[in-house]
Amino acid sequence: MGTGSRRQSWLAPGAVRPAVFVLCLLPFAWLFAAAFLDRLGANPAEALIRSTGDWTLRFLCITLAVTPLRVLLGLPALARLRRMLGLFTFFYAALHALSYAGFDMGFEVQEIARDIVKRPFILVGFCGLVLLTALAATSFNAAIRFLGARRWQALHRAVYLVAGLSILHFFWMRAGKNDFAEVALYAAILGALLGWRAWRRLAARKAPPPAFSR
Amino acid sequence: LAAQRSAVDGASTMEKITDYQDASTYNNFYEFGTDKSDPARNAHTLVTSPWSVEVEGLVKRPARYALEDLLKLAPQEERIYRLRCVEGWSMVIPWVGYSLSSLIRKVEPLGNARYVEFVTQADRKTMPGVSSRVLDWPYVEGLRMDEAMHPLTLLSFGMYGEVLPKQNGAPLRLVVPWKYGFKSGKSLVRIRFVENEPKTAWNKAAPSEYGFYSNVNPDVDHPRWSQATERRIGEGGLFAKKRKTLMFNGYESQVGQLYAGMDLKKLF
Repeated sequence: MGTGSRRQSWLAPGAVRPAVFVLCLLPFAWLFAAAFLDRLGANPAEALIRSTGDWTLRFLCITLAVTPLRVLLGLPALARLRRMLGLFTFFYAALHALSYAGFDMGFEVQEIARDIVKRPFILVGFCGLVLLTALAATSFNAAIRFLGARRWQALHRAVYLVAGLSILHFFWMRAGKNDFAEVALYAAILGALLGWRAWRRLAARKAPPPAFSR
Repeated sequence: LAAQRSAVDGASTMEKITDYQDASTYNNFYEFGTDKSDPARNAHTLVTSPWSVEVEGLVKRPARYALEDLLKLAPQEERIYRLRCVEGWSMVIPWVGYSLSSLIRKVEPLGNARYVEFVTQADRKTMPGVSSRVLDWPYVEGLRMDEAMHPLTLLSFGMYGEVLPKQNGAPLRLVVPWKYGFKSGKSLVRIRFVENEPKTAWNKAAPSEYGFYSNVNPDVDHPRWSQATERRIGEGGLFAKKRKTLMFNGYESQVGQLYAGMDLKKLF
């Protein structure tokens, strides 16, 4: 390929998707190795629960950034990465939930149920995971055909709700430390990504109606 | 820091001592940041010499003690205490120090001194966390006079046979082993004898979550989580089961009588 089509070439699905896939697996690989080598500090269980949660939030931000970046940079090919990034968000959310259920609760269902009642922020996180599971389960092409594009899209707008739930979950957890700096950062990023969408919808609606003559 | 074995009831345990590495890198000391790895990373800026402690308020002999004099005020003892954090984790730490009561007796509290207030260092220049609005600085803690006089209540200068690492509250701190860890103020600069219950830092920040007493109690949950169990740091790796939390952190036979007749659910 010539240099003129460079922008297209590095976004060619053949080259980019495997590379992004590997990149997305790096946090997992790092955490797995650190856990195995006992390099997670004094409280490895807490470290795993926290970092899988952090990575869920980060992947949620990255996934929700795809559409704005695609439009603003004029790179339609970015859309091809969205599904994979969304599935990685689910992957890290599932790891987060599993770490909590296993390391913190010893996989005791009764304990978990009691904890969900005791701690609303666990309930909020649980709801977010249920929604993400629904989105992951309907992420393949056959599901789109089965549901119909319109209904599928409506369902997948639930990711905006997941963003809200994640921030609430994080906020509530940090409320104990009275430390909201990081929460504010993620809220600002997600707020900007959702705000851009809202603004675009509004702008489209407010666009001058086609002139017609009486 | 040389120390003799303590004869105080409850001052030793057969439990496995937490690794020094864990005890000195996993800390809550918000003056140096809210992440548990922050204090070990940031506390090197704290200047611990010269250091003095103002002992004041309702006492016959108020005085400003230089650290050197405090170190010699009573024989240094080694006390191996369980430490239970309100967050649900615990350690076993060999502290070095002596009963706070040794100091209290020296200054002769007046009859109306019913509480002791502990004020800790809050220096914007050396403690980066003090610029945050996480808590109302300086960090203040308090004890009722009988709690402060209890032989288990330790004025500590060292741990693991050494002087305290800065992230653990150098050059001197309090250790009250039957209460949640945050009751034990670090890097003390002022000890004040007062008539009314002191306004403590966490109680001011969240009165419904952190009571003045904050005795370790598996039957009184934190409003947002259970206190029935705890994770012993360094015990059994990732898949270890949590331990059951003990009443008064296992010091019930020593301190239970201090709270006879009190409703510990109300006065949590």
